[in-house]
Amino acid sequence: MDDEIKYKNVKELPPMTVSTGLMLVNKTGSWRSLRPIIDEDKCISCMICWKYCPEACIDIVDDKPVINLDYCKGCAICAEECPKEAIEMLEEGK
Amino acid sequence: MRLTLPEQELMSSGHKGCQGCGGVMAMRYALKALGEDTIVVIPACCWTVLEGEFPYTSLRVPLLHTAFETAASASSGVRAALRVKGKDDVNVMAWAGDGGTFDIGMQALSGAVERNEDFIYVCYDNEGYMNTGIQRSSSTPYGAWTTTTPVDAFEKAHKKNMVDIMVSHDIPYAATASIAYPEDLIRKLNKAKSIEGAKFIHILAPCPSGWRCASNQTVKLARLAVETNVFPLYEVEHGKYTINRKPRKKPAKEYLSLQGRFRHISDEVAAEIQEQIDAGWEKLLKKEKDSME
Ligand SMILES: Cc1ncc(C[n+]2csc(CCOP(=O)(O)OP(=O)(O)O)c2C)c(N)n1
Ligand code: SF4
Ligand code: SF4
Repeated sequence: MDDEIKYKNVKELPPMTVSTGLMLVNKTGSWRSLRPIIDEDKCISCMICWKYCPEACIDIVDDKPVINLDYCKGCAICAEECPKEAIEMLEEGK
Repeated sequence: MRLTLPEQELMSSGHKGCQGCGGVMAMRYALKALGEDTIVVIPACCWTVLEGEFPYTSLRVPLLHTAFETAASASSGVRAALRVKGKDDVNVMAWAGDGGTFDIGMQALSGAVERNEDFIYVCYDNEGYMNTGIQRSSSTPYGAWTTTTPVDAFEKAHKKNMVDIMVSHDIPYAATASIAYPEDLIRKLNKAKSIEGAKFIHILAPCPSGWRCASNQTVKLARLAVETNVFPLYEVEHGKYTINRKPRKKPAKEYLSLQGRFRHISDEVAAEIQEQIDAGWEKLLKKEKDSME
């Protein structure tokens, strides 16, 4: 399935209400008022943050968690569940 | 690095669930368990909305939206269509809230389980009609505030026991699960997948908006619900009960005090709730013991 939909006009729309693209077009990062920052020195790559993130927006890159801020809503579950207290929530805009 | 859950993401980012939504986490785990060959059937509930708007979706598997009371009957239809097409390797998962399960969807569910339709029915339970503004359901626990049970007339009825209702239909498999224990949740969905006939999974899915708690507390609350015996983890296979976790129980107050919906309750009401939890746990232990004999 394509992430982006590009219909040129009404006639190109599917004949019934079927979804043809992913909500990835909806960058929910703008909802966030707190920004999670991972301290790489404290992180032990247990991936508990990845496991619990409701946005499925923590990617695994080279065996380490990397937060995709395009989608992170700042719920702070990752910071709460991290056993090493390696994630700090910083106020956006500061 | 060792992952304790399958890596594949069949639920995409960009969905419209509230910050910290337990119902979203439940779906993410369920699809990790069931995999791509799954058709999801969703009646009116938060998931109808948060899933995305036409022509977008946040599920990488087919999804059929249906009317509020019809999750189980629509799923039966999907299974019948698959049978006609000769496809017997596709999972059909009904996915409904507690209002759509305990209340309005009960009749269709009872019929489908009686017919022993080959499907998995999941209720993600946020203990109220959250999508329409936090009205009480028959899953709302005793003592809770909702917009239809204000603090001076808080919820007085007890939460229905859906698993027992399913067991009394002679359902092949029924289980409770929690977003705080995704490995257990995934194991149960895998088991459900391997059993033919009707399966019922009841997932406690804390809701920050409706429970009046911080968004970072949903996993913690789901865990406390298990540790306080508010929501025990157990499964029932052909009538045989197995309790998956027998925690050294914590006082219910630890669970209640983190939620604004219980802020008004007096010490007496808190004590009553504790008594109900203890009685419920004793009953469950007895069911396990009796069904072993
Ligand atoms: C027949 C019918 N009555 C009422 C509604 C309005 N409605 C839509 S979602 C909803 C609440 C659903 O509650 P629940 O099943 O608990 O799921 P939640 O929203 O909590 O996830 C209601 C009342 C409807 N769609 N159809
Ligand atoms: S703050 Fe919430 S949404 Fe953002 S990465 Fe952490 S768990 Fe995911
Ligand atoms: S209202 Fe509750 S259940 Fe609904 S999307 Fe928000 S957190 Fe999830």
